[in-house]
Parts: sequence; structure tokens; C-alpha cells
Amino acid sequence: MHIPDGYLGPTTSGLFYVIMVPIWAAASKFVKKTLKASQVPLLAIGAAFSFVIMMFNVPIPGGSTGHAVGGVLVAILLGPWAACIAITVALVVQALMFGDGGITAIGANCFNMAFVLPFVGYYIYKALSHNAPVDSYRRVLAAGVAAYIGINVAAFLAGVEFGMQPLLHHTESGQALYCPYGLNIAVPAMAGEHLLIFGWVEAIVTALVVKYLQKQAPSMIQEKEG
Amino acid sequence: MKITTKFWIGIVVLILLSPLGLILPEHFKAGSAWGEWGADEIQKLVGYVPKGLEKLAGLWNAPMPDYAFKGWEEKGLSYLSFVYIVSAVLGIVIIVAAMYLIGKLLASKGD
Repeated sequence: MHIPDGYLGPTTSGLFYVIMVPIWAAASKFVKKTLKASQVPLLAIGAAFSFVIMMFNVPIPGGSTGHAVGGVLVAILLGPWAACIAITVALVVQALMFGDGGITAIGANCFNMAFVLPFVGYYIYKALSHNAPVDSYRRVLAAGVAAYIGINVAAFLAGVEFGMQPLLHHTESGQALYCPYGLNIAVPAMAGEHLLIFGWVEAIVTALVVKYLQKQAPSMIQEKEG
Repeated sequence: MKITTKFWIGIVVLILLSPLGLILPEHFKAGSAWGEWGADEIQKLVGYVPKGLEKLAGLWNAPMPDYAFKGWEEKGLSYLSFVYIVSAVLGIVIIVAAMYLIGKLLASKGD
């Protein structure tokens, strides 16, 4: 889901930077209000976890690869605003240091994976696990479902961003200037492979860690205010 | 053991296992992620390289492109796995440093 440089035209890349700046500002504001110094190591672990889990490319035999993002888990444990900051840092380091995701696409990639993914996942988890006891099976299931939906909404949006490009930018002869595939190909491809494979990876990882924490650190998955 | 210590152990285990993310796609002959093709691959897929894409694709020269050292692309899978682990360690060191810095700026003192 890491859109590289050259796949989005300047309008789209610019638009997502413009959208992300106030989101990053809001994230800093909210996290500043709630973050305690003792939680900083957890925030660092969240970012490190998201970074390293994205290195586990899962193959579709003979086809493409994809990976989990870990973002819904970070949101469940630290809240969606802190998750937004943690995943943004992971994505920026991936782009600058390892060329994974374009620098012009940092806005779009952060919108999909550091904003939509943790927020959708967090609120679905919150709704599904409402009033469920900390050690209940419902909480594990809620985490899995939330992770599955979170990553799939993000993948769908990435598909839309890719697929819009031939409509927005093409030569007179009809050749695309940026991503050559339209919505009819990009959306089914991005959505399909995440619905079938990578969404399940995200779901299983998230559910397993929540299950582990039910025993090891139940306070971390207690219902939070806000 | 504190839960953060357990988490750090988990991160180290993930770093050591990370080459699986390189070896498994290779083994199952899986190509690039969708929409993350290089110019050559696009040429094969659609018969041309979009002009704007060609211009922008080389915009940024990452120091360790694709979690590898430049010029090591042709080395064997064991070399690449080793560099993959080095990349994971480097990436995490930078990320953790950045998060502590951001945390210091944002966090309120006390518990």
C-alpha cells in the first residue's frame, strides 16, 4: 500500500499533504493533552512495531505481495491520535531511508495508513468491545474484526487514489501520465488482495496480541475515555 | 518482567525473523506489491512508461533502497537477508530516537 513517487499526479499528492497537515497538528494537540512521560516508551514501541511488521511481505504465489500495518493494534493500545503519530514516523523513515513509499506520496500514504486505518479500526473496536470484560473472547474478536476492516478501508482508498490518475492526467493520445490503471482495475486489485489475504494477516496479528495482553497486561486494553 | 521489556523482546524477535518477508515472496515467485512496480515492470505491463511517472520515479535517492545496500541486488539471498536485518535495526533505531524526541516535546511530566 506504499504508493511510490510517480504514481500520483501533483494535484493528488499536494491535496493529501494539505489534508494531512491539520490532522498532524490535531494529533500533536491531542497527544500533548493526554500523553504522560511514562508512556513515551510505548509510543516508540508502537512505531517500531508498525515499521517491522510492514517488512513481513506476504506473498500471493505467482502474484504480488503485501503486508500488515499493525496500525489498528497501536490505536487500540495507545489511542488513534498517538497511533497516527507513531505510524507517520514509521512511514516517513520508510520513505526517506529505504525508498519504500514516495516522498511526494507521504501525504497520501499517511492519510491511508496513519489516519484512516487506525481511526476506522479504533472506533470499530470500541463499538464491538463496549462493556465487554477485559478478559472476554469478544474483545479478541473485536480486535480482529476492527483490524480487518481498518486495513481494508485503507487499501480501498489507496486503490481509489491510484485509479483516479488516468482520469486526472493523460496525454492527448490517451496515455496515462502517472498510474496507468484506472478505477476499474486499481480498486478491485487493492481491495481484493487485502480482503482475501493481507486483511487476515492484520486481523490475526492484532487479535493474537490482544489475547496475549488480556493475561499479561490487562490494564492496557481496558476501556478508555474519549 | 515489565510489559515494555516483553514488548522490546518481541520487537527483537520480529527483527530476527524479518528476512521471512524477503525469502517467502522469493520462494513463491511473488512479484512487486500492486502499484509499486519499477519503470521496467510498467513497460512490460502496459507497453509504455507514463511520462510523469518516469520523471518523478527517480526523485528521491534513498540511502538503502528496498532495505538493501546499493549494488548488492545481485548478491545471494543470505546476503540480502542479512542486510534486511541491518535495515530493520537501523530503521528502528531512527524511529525510536524520533519517537523519544517527539515524546519529550509532547509529554507532560510525572506519571
